[in-house]
Amino acid sequence: MSFFDYFRTRKNTGSASVAKERLQIIVAHERGKREQPDYLPELQQELLAVIRKYVQIEDDMVQVEVDRNDDCSVLELNVTLPERR
Amino acid sequence: MARIIVVTSGKGGVGKTTTSASISTGLARRGHKTVVIDFDVGLRNLDLIMNCERRVVYDFVNVIQGDASLNQALIRDKRVESLYILPASQTREKEALTKEGVEKILNELSQTFDYIVCDSPAGIEHGAQMALYYADEAIVVTNPEVSSVRDSDRILGILQSKSRRAELGHDPVKEHLLVTRYNPERVERGEMLSVADVEEILAIPLLGVIPESQVVLNASNQGTPVILEDQTDAGQAYDDAVARLLGEEREHRFMTLQKKGFFARMFKG
Repeated sequence: MSFFDYFRTRKNTGSASVAKERLQIIVAHERGKREQPDYLPELQQELLAVIRKYVQIEDDMVQVEVDRNDDCSVLELNVTLPERR
Repeated sequence: MARIIVVTSGKGGVGKTTTSASISTGLARRGHKTVVIDFDVGLRNLDLIMNCERRVVYDFVNVIQGDASLNQALIRDKRVESLYILPASQTREKEALTKEGVEKILNELSQTFDYIVCDSPAGIEHGAQMALYYADEAIVVTNPEVSSVRDSDRILGILQSKSRRAELGHDPVKEHLLVTRYNPERVERGEMLSVADVEEILAIPLLGVIPESQVVLNASNQGTPVILEDQTDAGQAYDDAVARLLGEEREHRFMTLQKKGFFARMFKG
């Protein structure tokens, strides 16, 4: 570093750090989706249909995810029921 | 058996064809019999970069469809011995590339060549998938810029799930990161993602860094693979990348700002 550099502001104020942060988030999100099995959307639709036989729920009230660990996979099913009136 | 290397990126305009031309020229220059195939059916361009656009008679699709033999379609490079170009078709539809057709030609080339370099079209559609399907190794060309990095990550996902190696459960395609159009000055100012940032996000080994340089445009204007410009930073950076591809250890260069000396600063400002 030269003598004059001491007078320059060295703070990381550029847009590169914003780019990195945004990329880390979107790439992690997209990798998560990519690792989900192909049958998941169809499974979600069928579950929705079965539950609707009994309870009226919206499309986004059933969440299906697969969590993969080293030696086992967990199918996580989250159903939100409407509030009772 | 030839080693099949795909040059891919997802995003367009990042330097796939420039890289394909230089990597294949570099491999051939080191004595390996190499063929470079343009997979961009409909938008042929490798021939221009390799300065053989006026020598194209038959193309990749002609060979797949049996209208010409490989020997009729292969163009021998005039500068580097043991380098051949297989140009893309301009008129046919993308669907002309079938898995079976591509496999047949790669198998035939495999018998006489050491390296087959596949120049992928942009995107993640059929043509790009055909280019990477049979690959043993992949050079993922990435600019230090958000959309390019994101697209590279998507291409890595496709390499890991839709390549032949992935489908058959063989050893995965060997991935290499090549960062192009790198501007150390802008990185230093915090305006551009650094190589370390890109490496961290994509998490694949770094093959090389090609500095942004006027030389690259000059070379393509003239139809010279930039690696042949031995005296230039971009040319040397590509030569380093080829050496590393062949297993040689070379330190990365051109990644930091060339500090100007006192006199240079005084007189060139």
